[in-house]
Order: sequence, then structure tokens, then C-alpha cells
Amino acid sequence: MPSTPRPPLALAGAEMFPHRHLLGIGELQPHEIAFLLDEAEQWVSVNRAATKHDDRLAGLTQINAFFENSTRTLLSFEIAGKRLGADTVNMHVAQSSTKKGETLIDTAKTLNAMRADLIVIRHQSSGAVQLIADKVDCPVLNAGDGRHEHPTQGLLDALTIRRRKGRIAGLVVAICGDILHSRVARSNILALTALAAEVRLIGPPTLLPAAIERMGVTCFTDMDAGLDGADVVMMLRLQNERMDGGFIPSAREYRHFWGLTEQRLARAAPGVLVMHPGPMNRGIEIDSAIADDPAVSAVTEQVEMGVAVRMACLDVLTRRRRGVEGWA
Amino acid sequence: MIGGTLAIIGGKLPDGRSGGVLVEAGRIAAVSAIAVPDGVRTIDAAGAVIAPGIVDLGVFAIDKAAFAAGGITRAALMPDQGPPLDDPALIQRAAAAGKPDVWIHPIAAATRGLGGSELAEIGLMKAAGAAAVATGRHWIADSGLMHRLLAYAAALDLTVIVHSEDDRLVGRAVATSGETATRLGLPSAPAAAEAIAIARDLALVEETGARVHFRQVTTARGLELIRAAKRVGLPVTAGITPAHLLLSDIAVTGFRTFARLSPPLRCEDDRQAALAAVADGTIDVIASGHDPQGPEDKRLPFADATPGMAGAGTLLTLALTLVRDELVSMARLFDLLAGNPARILGVEGGTLTTGAPGDLILFDPEAPWRIESETLVAAAGNTPFDGLPVQGRLSGIIKGGQPIG
Repeated sequence: MPSTPRPPLALAGAEMFPHRHLLGIGELQPHEIAFLLDEAEQWVSVNRAATKHDDRLAGLTQINAFFENSTRTLLSFEIAGKRLGADTVNMHVAQSSTKKGETLIDTAKTLNAMRADLIVIRHQSSGAVQLIADKVDCPVLNAGDGRHEHPTQGLLDALTIRRRKGRIAGLVVAICGDILHSRVARSNILALTALAAEVRLIGPPTLLPAAIERMGVTCFTDMDAGLDGADVVMMLRLQNERMDGGFIPSAREYRHFWGLTEQRLARAAPGVLVMHPGPMNRGIEIDSAIADDPAVSAVTEQVEMGVAVRMACLDVLTRRRRGVEGWA
Repeated sequence: MIGGTLAIIGGKLPDGRSGGVLVEAGRIAAVSAIAVPDGVRTIDAAGAVIAPGIVDLGVFAIDKAAFAAGGITRAALMPDQGPPLDDPALIQRAAAAGKPDVWIHPIAAATRGLGGSELAEIGLMKAAGAAAVATGRHWIADSGLMHRLLAYAAALDLTVIVHSEDDRLVGRAVATSGETATRLGLPSAPAAAEAIAIARDLALVEETGARVHFRQVTTARGLELIRAAKRVGLPVTAGITPAHLLLSDIAVTGFRTFARLSPPLRCEDDRQAALAAVADGTIDVIASGHDPQGPEDKRLPFADATPGMAGAGTLLTLALTLVRDELVSMARLFDLLAGNPARILGVEGGTLTTGAPGDLILFDPEAPWRIESETLVAAAGNTPFDGLPVQGRLSGIIKGGQPIG
């Protein structure tokens, strides 16, 4: 059985994670992903304690710049920063339809001039976070850019699986739904294949991107076939605007073919774990009976792991700035 | 225009002959073994290649410095200007804009405002000096209108220059569907968007007999359609830019907006098909597609950036790689860069024949240099070839027998 990835040599300190920013899972080595998951474990314990506080980021300013609406991810990053003692500031940038990028470079320069110590960014355009990262002096954490990546989601999902299943290597993970428009799917594919899981994608043909098999996955349009023997089933949210006949004929037809029902889930392996990044469309992509069954569903645990993973990332990315031994 | 008299000696012609070119009163009087009359201004080419000035079929900006740096003596200006070239007065003004350094041959907008819905006054624009008519950066989606445009242009003996992408299939795509676009999460469209557009336009060419130039054909399927159409004698020609010959869609990795082009870069198989199409004569024209875009239009998230590349200053040097790779001869390269475009546009120049305008360039095909975005001579340095070491450097440019610069 494949084991947890280890670095090629005995590495210490900053050698474990020699990245200035966290822009995507795609730029990480398997042992670097494992390192972040290991780091997150301690924060799971802290978060479950009565006093959930640590002051290692005291005096540092964390700016959460969200160019796209978000409630859950923003809240998760804010809690993560506050629990580590950082001064967290949220910035909601109004979307304008034209010349978005002009604002973007200017915004990056503004944030930089305010001497942020860490910037968390979400943006509706693929590649936008990298563009900002190139213009600022502090670490940048990608909280989702277009359809490209959402690295902390990939990490929190991997952590959830690892804790519930005891391992990731060798598991069959089926990711179902709107793969085409999903950064969650891309980051999960990259993280899970790097950690030696077998990844399957299930969805309507109109929502499976071209040549995605080249990322080391197998595609299914028949959900029953794709679920066969799966250890983990990860459902994706289907945006309402995709259900109006453009990509799929209707919500009810989608549910008929790609909705996760108990009957369908019976095809998966015994002890299957069901996940969803939220918010869920109950009765469309997932039935409530599954989502609310704690023996099967890891949905609330994913949210919990999200805070822990984000704390780990905030800690690791600021170690150099904080002069942590071996990192400065 | 009263041109100069000039003798260039000691050079090499594209067809391999050595010797020089004699220009009298602005026109070529003798080629290869020339007798230099007494008192004539003489330039020693010192072994450089003496070639016809480049006729660039399809630029989006009048960028005289870039044209001079690239050896372009005639540039066909696309109608996508602000405002679009859809009026005879605008054509007249554009035609005069390059004087005295470069000939600008304006191309008339096929539809009013390039809106794709009503025919522009293409007859009056032809009379005002338009060299051809073009659909601009976009395909005309309305097949009925396209049919009428081709019939009308055929009667006026005007070549129609078309952009070949089915805009409904393309939608808001900014890349060609494939592994790179999928990994980057970029909206993408299948390469078939090009073949679909070409197939419809070829059917309408058959219907109307109009001459059509497909400005950029970049996919294996599109090129196969052109090849078949030429085989049955349809009056069609095809062009491409060095970007689609030398780069595949991998070049956009890292969200490099300088590689955001229209049509988008294609997969490696399509690139190989384009090279084969240059070699077998399916492609008639290599043009720069010169479209300088400043940082305000390029330093943006990939999908928000404006497509286009600054290509005038690098056209010759990049095209010379095709000669070095023995894909084409030097003589054939200048058919692609000068002779064929001049013929398609119906303008003078593009050849070294007696009586042709004395528009010439001199260059050393081996001289090494490095393309640098920062130092590129152009209105903006948006080249996807930034940092590339190349060979082939211009050493002189002559228009109507007068050295420029």
C-alpha cells in the first residue's frame, strides 16, 4: 500500500515548505502537501479546546481581500487569523464589469503600501491572485481564483479524508458534478492525485472540461458506474445559472442522472465518506438523508478542518517574517 | 512621387544570386549583375541579403517605428480602428498616414462600424483607396449578410479578408480547449470553431465567386479545408502569423497575457499542421498581425486582457527560422512576406523585378540578437517571444530608392 509521501531527503525548517505564497496545489510537491496537513493537526486540537487561542501572529496584519462574494471562506480565514492573534481586516471589493484589472493592480499596490503581512485573496478571474502576488512584498494566499485553484479547500478536504479514513493513498475518490467551472475540483484533483488516491470525475458531458484525463483522472458520465466501489464521494455545488438549459436541461433532469441518492450511494464501498464544499443544493445534487447522516457525511467536519488548515497555512507562510528559527 | 536613384552592390538576392539592385527614379532598373552608372549613390551591402520590402497583410496600428525596425515598407491596415474604417473619408486619411516612410494600404470595414449587420459603403471606399475589405477581428455570424457581402465584393473585384472563428462556439472563450486551458481554468472553445467558420465561407465563395483571404488559418482541420478548396480552384488564399507557427497553447502557462491572441494559440498538432501548410503552399502569407497593447490592456487577469501581439519588429527574424529549418527557401519566404500579400492586395511592390517600386531591405540572416519586450521598437512591447534568442537583423530599409532612417 502506498504510504504518506516523505521528502526525498531529511529536510528541516524552511526546506519543508520553501514557498513564499500559496497560490495553488499545482506548485506543491507531495511531501509539502503532507507537511501542511501534519501542521494542521495541532490546530484541530486547539480549536476543540475551551480556550482557542494562540498569539503567534500577534502584531501582524492579515488582509482578506475578496473580489467575489463569499461568506463561508471569508469567515473561515477571519477566524483562523484571529485565533492566531493576527489583526485581520476584511476588504470587500465591489465588482465592476469593465477594467477590473486596472483596479486590481492598483489595489495590490495599495495593500502593499499599507504594509500588510499577509494577504488572502479571492477573485473571479483565473490567474488574478498570481498577478497580485507578483506585485506585493508579503505572502499571498489564494482563497479561490476563477476556475483555477482553491488550495485551502483541497487541503481541508485531504485532511478530512485522512482523518476519517486513516490514509489517502490507494483510496478511490469520486468527484461529482460541475467540474468545468470548479476550482474546488481542480485543487482536489491535484492534491489527491499527488497523495496517490485514484480520482474519478463524474458529471454531465457538458460540465467535464476537455482533456482533464491528462490530470491523471478517469471520467464517467454514468454516475452509477463512477460510484462503483468508491471510498469517498465528493459532491460539488451546481450553480443555479447552469440549470437553465445552457449546460443541463433542468434541475430535475440533473437530479435524475447526477443527484446523490441513498440508492445510488449503495454502489460505493462499505463505509463510504460523503463530502460537499457547501453550500448544498439539497434535493438536487445531494439528498438530505445523506447530508445529515453523521456516519456517512463529513460536511460539518470539512468546515472544521477548513479553519485548522487555514491556521496552518497562515502560520507557515509567516514564519520567515516572524523570524522563526530555521525559517528566517 | 519622384523617387531616388541608388545602386546597392555586393549583396545576395533571395533566389541565391549574388550582386545588387539598381534603382532609378524610384523603380528597380536592374537586378543581380548590375552596371553602376557614374555618379550614382552606391551602398555596399557587404554580403547582406537584398530583398523586397515586406508587405504586411494585416496590422492593427500604424506604428511607423516598428515597421521600419521590421523591414516593412507596406502595411495593410485592418479596419479595426477608432473609429472603424467604414467611411471613404477615413480611408483617405488612413492612406496618407504613413507618408513619407511607409505605404499604408487601408482595408475597408465590410460592415458599418464593423457591427456585422449592415454593409458598409465598400464601393465608395474602394474608390477612396481601400485595397480590400475585411470583417475585422470577428467573423460575420449572419450567413445571409455574408452571402450578400461576397456577391457585392466580387462584382467590385475586391478581395474580402475574413476572420475565421464561429463566434457562438467561441462565446467568451479565451483559449483553445485542451490540457493547458483545463489546468489553468480558462474559458475555452474547441479548435473546430475555426473549421466551422471556414467551411461556411468556402461554401459562399463557391456560390459567389468572390476572392477571399483567410487572414489567419491556425488549425489542421481549417488548413485541410483550404487545401481542398485550392485543389478545386476556388479563389482563396490563407495567412498566418509567426506566433501560431512557433508557439503552441503551452505558451499561456503561468497566465502569460502576452500569449493571449486571437485566434488563441492551438495545440502542438495544429502547430505542426501549420508548418506543413507553409511548406506545401497551402499558406500564402505570413504577416505580423501587429497589435501593440500597453500594460493597461495586458497587465490584467488572463481572461480580462486584450488579445493581440506586437509583431512588426519580429516578423522577419521569426520568419527566417523557417528558412533555417529548411521548411522554405529564402525566395519562397519572400513570396510569403512580400510577393503574395502584394498580389492579394493588388498593390505594387513585393518583388525584385524590373519596373517594380524600389522598396528594398537589407539584412544579415545570421546576426544574433535577443527579443526583449522592454526594448522592442514598437508602440508597446507585448510579444510572446520575450527573451527568445533569434537570428536575422535588418541593416537597411529603402523606400522608392530613398534610404529610410
